[in-house]
Amino acid sequence: MSFILPALPYAENALEPHISEKTIGFHYGKHHQAYVNKLNELIKGSEFEKSSLEDIILNSSGAIFNNAAQIWNHTFYWNILGPKGLGNPNEIILNVINENFGSFEKFKAEFTNAAVTLFGSGWAWLSKGKNGKLVISQESNAGNPLTKGLKPLLTCDVWEHAYYIDFQNRRPDYAAAFWELVDWRKVESLL
Amino acid sequence: MIKHKKMKKLLSFTLLSALVFMLMSFSNYTETNKTKHKIGEYMKTKHELGALPYAYDALEPYIDKATMEIHHTKHHQAYVNNLNAAIEGTEMEGKSLEELFANMGKYPMAVRNNGGGHWNHTMFWSIMGPNGGGKPSGKLLKAIEEKFGSFEKFQEEFNKAAATRFGSGWAWLSVDSNKALQVSSTPNQDNPLMDVADVKGIPILGIDVWEHAYYLKYQNRRPEYVGNFWNVINWKEVERRYDEAIK
Repeated sequence: MSFILPALPYAENALEPHISEKTIGFHYGKHHQAYVNKLNELIKGSEFEKSSLEDIILNSSGAIFNNAAQIWNHTFYWNILGPKGLGNPNEIILNVINENFGSFEKFKAEFTNAAVTLFGSGWAWLSKGKNGKLVISQESNAGNPLTKGLKPLLTCDVWEHAYYIDFQNRRPDYAAAFWELVDWRKVESLL
Repeated sequence: MIKHKKMKKLLSFTLLSALVFMLMSFSNYTETNKTKHKIGEYMKTKHELGALPYAYDALEPYIDKATMEIHHTKHHQAYVNNLNAAIEGTEMEGKSLEELFANMGKYPMAVRNNGGGHWNHTMFWSIMGPNGGGKPSGKLLKAIEEKFGSFEKFQEEFNKAAATRFGSGWAWLSVDSNKALQVSSTPNQDNPLMDVADVKGIPILGIDVWEHAYYLKYQNRRPEYVGNFWNVINWKEVERRYDEAIK
């Protein structure tokens, strides 16, 4: 089975002015595409040739894991983002977040801190554990909470390629822009 | 007679002036020395960002001015600031980076990340320069040819290490404890001087493959950036580091 790059759920300029069309052009059109191409190359003739993406993520390591997880992570990232104002957190989400973090502001501060302080390349995640509790975590490089039995609800890509054209070294500014783009309807659908 | 008197006056004036000048100089001297001493002690404990040894646009067209400016004044400066903050008030303040690297495993991650960031970037700036490129000569070229077969084969191996480092990190040419050359790569701001590195040694050449090193000019095309790096290498400095490492 060959993997294909899933369609972007909006136009490449839909996240302007927070994330530029140029950034999406490279991030989706080049980086995400490259992970797809590379994985297809790597699994050819391997034990993972007929596996689902999730199976590969849960059972592989090294380059196969890196490329498979990066495909999954990026598809997820595109899906929980959207044009500004698309979906504010509604009462259902606010209640769950208040229960887990005390307040929406506290949650936002903790998630932002995870995104800003991750050293090197990686992702900040909000996930749901088997016990129903929400957790914020940092994953280096291609790391994905699925491998820890968690269900991802929200993610912020903090590889420099996600923000360098728009923000250069100013990752905190990118993290602030990220909050303007979260499509909370998507997050709710995953709860 | 009048002339003699005048001369006497002039002489005493000159002597007096000289004395005043000497006294002033001496007090100045001691004052300066005191201050210098204070700064000296202070500097022992504070790491500082060194000036770039060439202009920000000196590596054009291979590495652009904007990248160099942000890389040096923002990224490197941040490592220096965060390193100083991480060691402030601890026994690490009086230690050199090399001493810290040798026992990296027992120090906090903030020191590993920012100490590595400071050392790696300082060495990176030094091994590049305008009118760079070409090949090394003498002992180093011979050692490269002996180890890798040819300079071109060494380039291939180094390029591969730089291209396949997943995420952020560095590719290196180092001299190991047997004085042999080794190509390796490290994640994030680790380097071969650290006891936590898979391949240990004294780095004599390194390339930054964090995306911030090339994204403004090359975006996703890391191999193109790595290919152009060969045009800005200051081999004289790499040779100097090699000579130092095999001593």
